[in-house]
Amino acid sequence: MLELSGVNVFYGGIHALRDVSLVVRPGEVVTLIGANGAGKTTTLRAISGLVRPTSGRITFLGEDITGQPAHTLVPRGISMSPEGRGVFANLSVLENLEMGAYLVRDRAQIREDLERGFALFPRLRERMKQKAGTLSGGEQQMLAIARALMSRPKLLLLDEPSLGLAPIVCQTIFATIDEIKAGGTTVLLVEQNAHTALAHSDRAYVLETGAVILEGPAAEIADHPRVRAAYLGE
Amino acid sequence: METLLQQIINGLSLGAIYALIALGYTMVYGVLRLINFAHGDVYMLGAFSGYYLAHALGLDGNPSVLGAIVVTIGAMAFCAIVGMLIERFAYKPVRHHPRLTALITAIGVSLLLEYGGQVVFGATPRFFPQMIESRTYALGGVQITNQNLLIILVAVVVMFGLEFIVHRTRIGKAMRATSYNLQVAKLMGINTDRVIAFTFALGSALAAAGGVLVALAIPRIDPLMGLMTGLKAFVAAVLGGIGSIPGAMVGGVLIGLMETGLSATAYSTYRDAVAFGVLILILVVRPAGIFGSTAVEKV
Repeated sequence: MLELSGVNVFYGGIHALRDVSLVVRPGEVVTLIGANGAGKTTTLRAISGLVRPTSGRITFLGEDITGQPAHTLVPRGISMSPEGRGVFANLSVLENLEMGAYLVRDRAQIREDLERGFALFPRLRERMKQKAGTLSGGEQQMLAIARALMSRPKLLLLDEPSLGLAPIVCQTIFATIDEIKAGGTTVLLVEQNAHTALAHSDRAYVLETGAVILEGPAAEIADHPRVRAAYLGE
Repeated sequence: METLLQQIINGLSLGAIYALIALGYTMVYGVLRLINFAHGDVYMLGAFSGYYLAHALGLDGNPSVLGAIVVTIGAMAFCAIVGMLIERFAYKPVRHHPRLTALITAIGVSLLLEYGGQVVFGATPRFFPQMIESRTYALGGVQITNQNLLIILVAVVVMFGLEFIVHRTRIGKAMRATSYNLQVAKLMGINTDRVIAFTFALGSALAAAGGVLVALAIPRIDPLMGLMTGLKAFVAAVLGGIGSIPGAMVGGVLIGLMETGLSATAYSTYRDAVAFGVLILILVVRPAGIFGSTAVEKV
């Protein structure tokens, strides 16, 4: 479904991604784990078109999307819940969700998708009229994910959905990721919370200083001595 | 009492002009966090394009309201294009550079338009054709000219139009998303480059309307006319809260009222100082302005 081959990204003089190659197959949940600054977020930003790779190729559903601007990737089926959630604080929950459906002109489809979002996160229905800035961190994360789903993506990119959340909220988020997968949407996830993320993923890649150092089925990665030592605190 | 009413009417019409220009500053700041210092000069270009259009159409000899409307719309269209060109060729290339670079670029564009204007139009003031015959109505002891009425009327109509665009249309929705967070707006599928171009076009068209309206009332136009008016409109935008559309309207009217208020006193020579005194005061007391959020700016 998604393939990166030999992708390099520079921020000014900093070599943020070094020859990153990875594959995401339809229906999978794939996790990128790694320390701060390892290049996880940059990888997602390159896929979603927010940064342009210096070299390498990104293909999505067989088409080359390397360097395509972000707004052209949404109609192709890529949607992202960004780092720090990026909810529109001054808009209500409902308006945020409608913004996620910016490209959708069919009102009936928007209503249907709103219902689906509220079914996924009942909390959002209760808070529908409230300004997004007044939500708790967990609720904002739910909103960011629900908003990203409003464009009916084929591939959902989630950047650190559990960051700063209480363990119980974190569980809700990951349970939802399972549901999203069951609904047929492919998910590429970036997480620092390696243990939980791996438990909910099919496969994983480990990034270190901008390069992929390990890849494999999530269970194997979770058992890998290097990962256990570095990320699982053992 | 009559003097007070008279000054309020004068102030409203001057303030309406500041408000029209302030809207352009505030909208561009909203989407790009850029103070477009060339904006006052676009107001000047509005007056000059109206001048040339009126002459080209042979409207300079015979007053007609229809002619004035055609000239206003023509000037707005011309400046909308100029605004988009300025954005495309001056600001877009430096968009990913530090903000100071863009600010200095804006000052450069402003100087280019002012002194380029002196080369092209000549430095001597021109006489803008009077397409609307001046009439003065007396209401009680208060005098009001039809031109002042027109300015206030057009400004009110334009502001309602703008409110409609921003809150009821798709492009307005995209403008709001872009001003809240440009990166996230892209992730919603919004073509932010187009939104930014549209914002410049819209703001420049409003400034052009202001330029023509002023020229209809005070027919002396020159290439530096946008300098002082532009700065005062900028202060109006800051007073209202930069980035806030209602703020720009209220700020414009307040600056207009204060300025005419002072003109009526013995200190009328200080009328230009009012706006800058206000600027210093806001920056000390409430930098976010009347309608601005006091939230810490994101980096």
